[in-house]
Amino acid sequence: MRINGQVYNLGLDNRTSLLDALRDHVGLTGTKKGCDHGQCGACTVLIDGKRVLSCLSFAVMNEGREVTTVEGLASADDSLHPMQQAFIDNDAFQCGYCTPGQIMSAIGCISEGHAGSEDDIREYMSGNLCRCAAYPNIVAAILQARDEMRRA
Amino acid sequence: MRPFVFERPTNISAAVALVSSFADGRAPTQADVQFIAGGTNLADYMKLGVARPRRLVDLNDLSEPALRQIRISDGTIRFGALVRMGEAADRGDVKRHCPLLAESLKFAASAQIRNMASLAGNVLQRTRCEYFRETSWPCNKRVPGSGCAAMEGLNRQHAVLGTSDACIATYHGDFAQALIALDAVVDVEGRHGTRQIRFAKLHQLPGDTPDVETDLAADEVITAINVPFSEWSRRSRYLKIRDRESYAFALASAAVALDMDGDTVRQARIALGGVATVPWRARLAEEALVGKRLDQSAAETAADAAFAEAKPRRHNEFKVPLGKRTLVRALIETRDMKV
Ligand SMILES: Cc1cc2nc3c(=O)[nH]c(=O)nc-3n(C[C@H](O)[C@H](O)[C@H](O)COP(=O)(O)OP(=O)(O)OC[C@H]3O[C@@H](n4cnc5c(N)ncnc54)[C@H](O)[C@@H]3O)c2cc1C
Ligand code: SF4
Ligand code: FES
Ligand code: FES
Repeated sequence: MRINGQVYNLGLDNRTSLLDALRDHVGLTGTKKGCDHGQCGACTVLIDGKRVLSCLSFAVMNEGREVTTVEGLASADDSLHPMQQAFIDNDAFQCGYCTPGQIMSAIGCISEGHAGSEDDIREYMSGNLCRCAAYPNIVAAILQARDEMRRA
Repeated sequence: MRPFVFERPTNISAAVALVSSFADGRAPTQADVQFIAGGTNLADYMKLGVARPRRLVDLNDLSEPALRQIRISDGTIRFGALVRMGEAADRGDVKRHCPLLAESLKFAASAQIRNMASLAGNVLQRTRCEYFRETSWPCNKRVPGSGCAAMEGLNRQHAVLGTSDACIATYHGDFAQALIALDAVVDVEGRHGTRQIRFAKLHQLPGDTPDVETDLAADEVITAINVPFSEWSRRSRYLKIRDRESYAFALASAAVALDMDGDTVRQARIALGGVATVPWRARLAEEALVGKRLDQSAAETAADAAFAEAKPRRHNEFKVPLGKRTLVRALIETRDMKV
């Protein structure tokens, strides 16, 4: 599969989740494991541009697909993606554990066209839990990034 | 997790051949083989050791375009089995003809899960009963004859309708309530050819065999879900009540479609989620409304009829009044829709 634009040939046990493949076999630990059962959103990545939960997908099901993780967002010169910058500008995290999942999900939320209003953002970001309850600042960050991404 | 062989067929007949060849002539079981689509239910249950298939047949490379299409013609919406929940929820024409269908999907799970989960997988999702999920508990659904830990255990989430002495697990899906209300029909293909199943016949009451959940054989793949609709199905909605406002299963929900002649009900379609062991059509409530002026008291009479047979247990008694109030509100809101 391609991960962040790079092709990986992985020989994995069929039982390996995409999340474990990314973290334990490819060494991309930015994607976090929260619940491992689809209940928290910490493991959110993009597959072929769509946000999904990597803990509920077997790696082998993603052969030939394009996976984007939080490590793949910054550009080659290390400048941050507008969503990453917006999270920093708006203080949209405390412990940071949910943050990679929030950022990937927020990018999906905007590209799906579900970030029209604050209510929409709250509804369509409900799959990402934050134990630190940084929710208001996360909404603010998404609004900022949405406007910048539209301009870009 | 038990090791499994992974297969990725590229058309429906190859998928059916794979599940038929495996069993040396005898009928295959779910321990032999299971299909996987989004994986959001099955991968979870495989990790928990609840589902233990020896072979997994991935449906995502099947090339038949109809599997991924939503087609609307002659009063029928045909959903391909691999259409994702999120896509169906966002479709303008589905929202317009049958708001009920789109709402039941929009308020289910999370955006990520809706991007992964297929419509066929959604209707076949298995219960979230905590004792079913954790393999150290007795559970007649998981291990037939072992008992039911929920009966005298924590049963706040459990069903009050359609229960048996063997099992009281709730069917948690939302979309299925819209489908049973609108008399959907499921297209199936298996080693004995194709057939159609009325949606109301797809899921089986627990009875003495809660391990048997559907009418599908292990070799049968769902290819499409057909939903007939009329002009009046525009007057329909799905109301879902839960512990938190989003990303939670229903404690009680009501799927309602109304055919109105002014203030009077010509025909009502009602299904109830979160309260029953299977997708639940509330026929007695429908009959109580036909020919009546739909006001608060008629709605309450219908709700009483819907829950007349309810059998609550220790922690889920609240579901009876909650379920009734949910239905009353759904009926009044549907009556008041501007269509
Ligand atoms: C945290 C969480 C919250 C959720 N909240 C909700 C909610 O509020 N409302 C709701 O309705 N659902 C909810 N769900 C359930 C979710 O919607 C289902 O898991 C999902 O729809 C299943 O679809 P899938 O394609 O991923 O199925 P899979 O997991 O791939 O498959 C499920 C079952 O269906 C079978 N199957 C799949 N496709 C076919 C086919 N074409 N033919 C024959 N058999 C097939 C598989 O063999 C398996 O037994 C939630 C899930 C999670 C994890
Ligand atoms: S309610 Fe059903 S699923 Fe839950 S423990 Fe009892 S038998 Fe098992
Ligand atoms: S780790 Fe995947 S949803 Fe929690
Ligand atoms: S910042 Fe701590 S969990 Fe979200």
